[in-house]
Amino acid sequence: MSTTGLGGATSNGRLLEVTDVKTYFETDRGVVKSVDGVTFTLDRGKTLGIVGESGCGKTVLSRSIMGLLPKRGLVREGAIQFEGTDLIGLSDKDMREYWGAQMSMIFQDPMTSLNPVMKIGKQITESIRQHLDVTKEFAQELAESLLASVRIPEPQVRLKEYPHQLSGGMRQRVCIAVALACGPKLLFADEPTTALDVTVQAQVLDLMAQQQRERFMAMVLITHDLGVVAGRADEIAVMYAGRIVEKAKTSELFSDMKMPYTEALLSSIPKLADHSHTRLATIPGRPPDLVNPPLGCKFAPRCAYVQDRCREEEPPLQLASPGHEYRCWFPVGTPEGKDAFERNRRAGDVVATAALAQAETV
Amino acid sequence: MAGTGTAHLRGEGEAMLRVEDLVVEFPARNGMTVHAVSGISLDIVEGETMGLVGESGCGKSTTGRAIVQLPPPVSGSVRLDGTELTALEDETLRKLRPRLQMIFQDPISSLNPRRRVREIVSEGLDIWRVGDKASRKARVDEVLEAVGIDPANAGRRPHEFSGGQCQRISIARAVATEPKLIICDEPVSALDVSVQAQIINLLQDMKDRYGLTLVFIAHDLAVVKNVSDRIVVMYLGKMCEVGDPESIYERPSHPYTAALLAAIPEPDPSQRPDSQKVLGGEIPSPLAPPSGCRFRTRCPKAQERCAVEEPVLRKVDSNQFVACHFPLEPDEELEFAKVGIGATIGLDGDGTDLD
Repeated sequence: MSTTGLGGATSNGRLLEVTDVKTYFETDRGVVKSVDGVTFTLDRGKTLGIVGESGCGKTVLSRSIMGLLPKRGLVREGAIQFEGTDLIGLSDKDMREYWGAQMSMIFQDPMTSLNPVMKIGKQITESIRQHLDVTKEFAQELAESLLASVRIPEPQVRLKEYPHQLSGGMRQRVCIAVALACGPKLLFADEPTTALDVTVQAQVLDLMAQQQRERFMAMVLITHDLGVVAGRADEIAVMYAGRIVEKAKTSELFSDMKMPYTEALLSSIPKLADHSHTRLATIPGRPPDLVNPPLGCKFAPRCAYVQDRCREEEPPLQLASPGHEYRCWFPVGTPEGKDAFERNRRAGDVVATAALAQAETV
Repeated sequence: MAGTGTAHLRGEGEAMLRVEDLVVEFPARNGMTVHAVSGISLDIVEGETMGLVGESGCGKSTTGRAIVQLPPPVSGSVRLDGTELTALEDETLRKLRPRLQMIFQDPISSLNPRRRVREIVSEGLDIWRVGDKASRKARVDEVLEAVGIDPANAGRRPHEFSGGQCQRISIARAVATEPKLIICDEPVSALDVSVQAQIINLLQDMKDRYGLTLVFIAHDLAVVKNVSDRIVVMYLGKMCEVGDPESIYERPSHPYTAALLAAIPEPDPSQRPDSQKVLGGEIPSPLAPPSGCRFRTRCPKAQERCAVEEPVLRKVDSNQFVACHFPLEPDEELEFAKVGIGATIGLDGDGTDLD
C-alpha cells in the first residue's frame, strides 16, 4: 500500500494479468504438463510470493511469462497481459523490448547467472546501452550509482572486477543491479537467496524490498520456503503439480489456510521456538510425475485428509473469501476437513501409516 | 567474541572426541596465510550431536574436516577415545577411517555418477573386506532399507534418484562401515523444506538405531537447534558461544548469536522482518583477520578493549559459555543496522531506514 516511489501517478494499476496459462513440454516420455492452467493478477508495486517444492512448476511459470523457455517441443497457451499487451504471441525480437526494460529476473545461483569472463561494469552497462539512448560515460556513471544503491562498497573499483572476485552475497547484489539497470516495472526473483547464508539472505531480501519501494516495482518472489515470503509478500500463491492450489493475502493464508498442502509445507519448517529434537512433520513421498499425474486431486497420494472423492475427482478452485482461493474437497479448519482427518487416523492408521511408510521408501 | 578458551570442555574421561586448540591455516599468494581455524576447542560425548553454526567462511567445515584429518590441522590436538589422531602414522589412521565418516552438502555431486548405488554404499566394506561377499550384500541391503531406499533399486545410478534420495544414499554409505562419528557438513542446505524435514528425521532415526555420534554443520540456527544437544557458534575461525540449544536460543549471550537468530525468516507474517536487527556487512578476509575479537568490525557493542584483547570463553550459565567482553544482558536489544553497514561497507548509515 506504500505510495512512495517513482510510479505514484500510476499507482495501484493492474500490471500483469495471467489467465489460464499452460506450459507443456513435448518429450520422448510424453507431454510434461509443467504449468497447467494458472491464473493470477499482479498490481503495480505489489509482491506476489509463489511457493512450492522443486518440480511444482514455479520456475517454469515465471520463465513462461518472461518468454525465456526453449522453443523446441514447447506448448504455451492462455493469455499473459502485461500493461494490456498479450505477450504470448510476441516473437523474441518483440520480447527484447520487454526484457530488462519492462521486466527482469534474478536467479538462484549468482555465480552461473553472471558472465564469468566479463567485467561487472560491462554486464550492467550492456542492457543500459541496449535500452536507453545514453552515452557510454553516462552508462558507466549509472552503473556505478546502481552498485552503490545495492550497497556494494567501492563501486568504481568493483566495476572493473570479474564475478569470481566477489563473494556470493556481493554477486547476488550485482545480479540485482543488472536486473534493475533499466528500471523494470516487474521483477521476477527465482529463489534469490537460496544459495546464500541466512544473514546474507536477510540483507539481500531487505535490499530488494527497499529497491522495490523506491522504484514502485512489482515483484514475483519465488521460493520453496514459506518463511522467506511470510513477512515480504502481499499475496501468496502455493503451487503444486503445475497448478495454484491456494492463493490468498499473506496474513489470511497464514491465519486461515485451507489447503492441506499449505499446512504440510508450513509444518515441515523447523521452528526456533520448538524444543530441540522435536520430530518434524514431513510430507511423505514426492510430487507426482507431470507426464502422468494422478486422476483426482494431484496432492491426494501424500495428503493426510485424503478421501475416496479426492482420488477420483479433481477439486476446482473455490472461494473461501474474496481473494482467497483453494483447491480441496476437505479443507483444513472446516468440519468436513476435521472429519476426513479423524477418519483417516481412526481408519486405522493402517492405511495412513502404510501409505506413509510406502511413500517414504519410493 | 570470536575467541578461544577451554572453559566449556567437560572432563577428560567423559568425552569421546576432544578437540583442543585446533588451528588450520593454508598458504596463500604473496606469502600470506589463510587463517581458517584459529584455536577451536570442543568435545563430544558419545551419542551426542554437536552443532557447528556460522556464516560461510567461519571455518565450520574446515573444523569438521580437520577432525577427520582431511587435511590434518597445523597444530592442536584431536583425540578420539584417547587416541591422538594428529600423531598417527598414515597407515594407522587409514585403519581408523571406517570409524569416521562424512556426509556432504550436495547429495548429487558427492556420489560417483558412473557407479551403481550398491557399489557406492558397499565400497567401504569391499575395501576392508568386511565379512564375506554375501554378508556385505546383506549389510548394504540393511542400511539401504534403513534409510528408506528399496534395495531392489540398488542397481540404479545416482542420476535416477532425486536430491533427497541421493542424500539418503549418502547416509547409507556413511553408516555402512559402522562408524563411531559422522561429520555432517550442511547435509540439508541444498534440499527443499519438505525433504529437509525427512532427512533431519532420518538422521535422528539413524542415530538411535546405530548409536551414532554426529557433528552437524549448518548455517541455519533453526535446523541446528532441532538436531543438536550442544551448539558451537563460530565466526571467522573462532568460537563465539558454546552451550545447549535451549539456553542459547532463550538467551543468546553473544551479539553474533543474536544476529544469527534474528536473520532466520520465521514463517509468520505478524513478525515483519526487522532490518534493524539484520547483521550488516560481510565476514572479513581470513587473510588478515581483525585484531582482538574478530567480530568487532560488525559488532554494535564493540569498544576499544575488543580491538586489543581477545575474549576467552567463560561461563555465563550452567551450560552456556561465551567469548565476549560485553555479553548481552537478558532481553537486551541490539541495533545492527548502523554499525555493520557503516563500519564495513563505508556508507554512513544512509539507506538503512528500511521498515
